[in-house]
Amino acid sequence: MRILAFDTSTQYCSAALWVDGRVLYREMLAGKRHTEFLLPMIQEMLADAGAVLTQLDGIAFGSGPGSFTGLRIACGVAQGIALGADLPVLGISTLEALAQQVGDGNVVTALDARMGEIYYATYIKFADNWQSVNPPILCSPRNAPPILGNNWIACGSGFDVYNEVLLDCYNGCISRVHGEFNPHAREITQLAAPRFLEGLGVDPATISPLYIRNKVALKENER
Amino acid sequence: MLVLGIETSCDETGIALYHNKQGLLSHALYSQIRMHSEYGGVVPELASRDHIRRVLPLIKQVLTTAKLNLKDLDAIAYTQGPGLAGALLVGASIANALSFSLKIPAIGIHHLEGHLLSAMLSTHAPIFPFVALLVSGGHTQLMEVRGLGLYKLLGETLDDAAGEAFDKTAKLLGLGYPGGPALSELADTFYKFNKIERFKLPRPMLHSGDLNFSFSGLKTAVLTLAHKHELTQQTKAEIAFAFQKAMVDVLTEKSLAALAQTGLTQLVVAGGVGANRQLRNNLDYRAEKIRAVVFYPEFKFCTDNGAMIALAGLMRLQKLGIQNKPLKYSFTATPRWDLEML
Repeated sequence: MRILAFDTSTQYCSAALWVDGRVLYREMLAGKRHTEFLLPMIQEMLADAGAVLTQLDGIAFGSGPGSFTGLRIACGVAQGIALGADLPVLGISTLEALAQQVGDGNVVTALDARMGEIYYATYIKFADNWQSVNPPILCSPRNAPPILGNNWIACGSGFDVYNEVLLDCYNGCISRVHGEFNPHAREITQLAAPRFLEGLGVDPATISPLYIRNKVALKENER
Repeated sequence: MLVLGIETSCDETGIALYHNKQGLLSHALYSQIRMHSEYGGVVPELASRDHIRRVLPLIKQVLTTAKLNLKDLDAIAYTQGPGLAGALLVGASIANALSFSLKIPAIGIHHLEGHLLSAMLSTHAPIFPFVALLVSGGHTQLMEVRGLGLYKLLGETLDDAAGEAFDKTAKLLGLGYPGGPALSELADTFYKFNKIERFKLPRPMLHSGDLNFSFSGLKTAVLTLAHKHELTQQTKAEIAFAFQKAMVDVLTEKSLAALAQTGLTQLVVAGGVGANRQLRNNLDYRAEKIRAVVFYPEFKFCTDNGAMIALAGLMRLQKLGIQNKPLKYSFTATPRWDLEML
């Protein structure tokens, strides 16, 4: 099975190719210039692997939460490639991709959502799958839901930006912190591959980013 | 050559198929106006979120309508700018990724070039050179068009765009958002039954000696009127009529001055305000007297649409030679982009 994945949800840009369990990947710090780098990065990676789009089994992308514009770039590129190559698509949660980066155990993930908030979710690895204990939400770091036990691993930029507040909330529950972890295409392919195998890929016309923050403006009657 | 056109610069998703020999094969448009009206204006983030839901279904729709499939495409044209950054990026991302997977060129088009050429979608089409009056909610410009990519700015608005002035005035009169068309309808209905002009509004910059416009003073004049008088239905209609007349007068006089200055005899009127009936009547009447001809896009191609982008893409690729267009997958959107820079 061959899966192409990419992520542009943060200032990083990454692309990965899963070939029967082996993962090739590229990454770079793109700032706000993902559109300049993403397709050339994919093209080079496929060429190096001797892979062509028509031999792929699916396209996966980091569907969010993350930078709204970044999520739409990944979603739009996934839609365009999949439409042209007639492939199914899967959006993979960037928070679950963070948990996958940890590998195993109990993981609390948080991404900086700006405006004093974080995107937050917790996962527990169970029989090779991540069970989400708290599905992705948007909250102030101070109001992050409580976690039980003392062996949690924390990761994501939320733990970098709001390190003190969050560690204060979770006093004693967290054994290790990886504030430097960012969602990466490598883990997205790992999460997507078994789902494509199960036939969970969908028509690219039906996919959308997962924004979480849905209130972006006030209606006239709300002002 | 078959070109797919993708327009996502503001609040309309427009997709179309244009063929060099058969012309426009199909087009589809989804307008977000209703969604934005609750907010009293376009919310850029919501516009972008909607575009990404619409583009693929509309591409499938135009292909089905034309009984064609993706393999028949020779190129993809998309609006690169100017416009809302997030909205432009949706069209650009899909267009370039589709170009990558189909191995056909993608070409970024200037939104206003699309509007400039939109009258060429009609059977009664202008030929170069001509003067173009671009009037929409975002732009008010007079351009001298000598050929594809040969554009000289003759004059433009120093503040509000004409369509913006229509919409803001309509809002003042309580006609909702975007109320420009409702304001025109109110003015036209009034004029049908009453030929008396109760209010006289200023014609800003009419005698400025150049081809620039300014509409913010006109808006202020309406505001003053609205404060002075009780806004009965009758008064609203009278103000709407006076406002439209002032707009039409200024746009007409400046357009004729542009023809005189350039020595050209064809005028193309493009953009949403180009659908205004009074403007069309007045321009036709005045142009005929100086033996000039005015061209308008069909009503459906006055607003943003994918057909004009597909046509502009086709013309650009024909000029360049499609074989000379490199397959290059790095792309950007250009939210601020001067037409003269083309």
